Amino acid sequence: MSRHVVVIGGGVAGMECAGRLGMMGHRVTLIEKDAKTGGHAALWYQLFPDRRPAREVIDYLNESGTAGDVTVFTGTVVKSVTRGGNCLAVETNGPGSLNADAVIIATGFDLFDAGKKEEYGHGIYENVITSAELEEMFHNGKVLTVSGKSPERVGIIHCVGSRDEKVGNFHCSKVCCVTAVKQAIEIRELMPDTQVFCFYMDMRMFGPYYEELYRESQEKWNVSYVRGRVSEASETIGGRLVIKVEDTLAGRPLRMELDMLVLMTGMEPSAAGSQLARNSGLIAGANGFLAGNDHHYGTNESPLKGVFYAGSCVAPMNITDSLSHARAAVLGVSEYLSKLSQ
Amino acid sequence: MKSFGYTISKGRVIDYDANDHRLENLVLAAEPTLALCIACGCCAATCTAAQHTGFSLRRINVSLRRGETDIIRQEISGCMLCGKCTILCPRGVSTRNIVFTVRKHLSLLDNNAV
Repeated sequence: MSRHVVVIGGGVAGMECAGRLGMMGHRVTLIEKDAKTGGHAALWYQLFPDRRPAREVIDYLNESGTAGDVTVFTGTVVKSVTRGGNCLAVETNGPGSLNADAVIIATGFDLFDAGKKEEYGHGIYENVITSAELEEMFHNGKVLTVSGKSPERVGIIHCVGSRDEKVGNFHCSKVCCVTAVKQAIEIRELMPDTQVFCFYMDMRMFGPYYEELYRESQEKWNVSYVRGRVSEASETIGGRLVIKVEDTLAGRPLRMELDMLVLMTGMEPSAAGSQLARNSGLIAGANGFLAGNDHHYGTNESPLKGVFYAGSCVAPMNITDSLSHARAAVLGVSEYLSKLSQ
Repeated sequence: MKSFGYTISKGRVIDYDANDHRLENLVLAAEPTLALCIACGCCAATCTAAQHTGFSLRRINVSLRRGETDIIRQEISGCMLCGKCTILCPRGVSTRNIVFTVRKHLSLLDNNAV
């Protein structure tokens, strides 16, 4: 029996849910708050660990998403989801209230606002950029300082907005370490004379072929790694950046000049998703991400019957894991709907 | 001049830009596996010399990468070249050859032969 499922969030997880549910014969409404679907992945140039164009994943999702009866609303914010009997009411600021048999929340994450770590100088020094801004430069095929020069030396700071009590984030965002390695290689490939230094606390190469990419960055691209959290960046009279870091492996403080500093901004629960959760009586965990009914076997299930979670709204995830989590959410919806029919 | 017993102590900061990176570059060129070190310390843990002295190959590697030549000059003679570290290294760093190469190039540098 065909049912109506509303998917909230048009990033990779939401698009995968919509596509799969459509293929199963359900009527699907996908609601995205931004002007376009594709989420953060659509802004990325290449993906780790194999450096395929991010575009390919978006193309796959667009293709599978149009196979079934899927209606997409962009520029639309969902205010709340409430339950009445077996029906769920989805309140939006666009098409008004939608009735759904099941709902998937796939509101994803927001990138940490790097300006909050004022000591790194984002928004103060022009050559301090974020990992997302560097992806934009890769799209344009050029990584240049604001004065239009190729940087001789680039520093990459890991864990910006992650593992940092001072900004209220205890959690690890997981994907920034391997993003740093990927971007370091891309910089070296684009500009063979540029030195790249990564400043890390731990190298968390959790996924398949991540450790291999890390090794490749050392073996083939001579990327240097300094273990220690940068305490501050400042600017020289000549306009270069100076960073201070404790080189914890040498056991001494280290000072170094750079032409460009890239901040690996971490993941925070999406503000819009958190607002929706509060309005709908859903529960966030201590880290702010949405808490499923069981940490091991119920991360897709919300306390509200018929409402499911998909992707990085429950925890920082890479694209591969977001897609798997999305398919698991679709399975949960499918089981729920078949019970409704009985 | 009268001495009052005051001295200016050398700063502890690793001044990366002021440091001499010639030894690093020479060793990297001769033994590229140096770049693969992840500073796990396995080499120093198995090291017989390290059980009795302050010698640490992990510190030698880090000092090399930072251009801290003085530390290397002071410490490199502590290795007995037994090669246990090379057998253990999980990244395949040719540690024993790094010691050889450091000694060779350090003496060339110190004799202005490079």
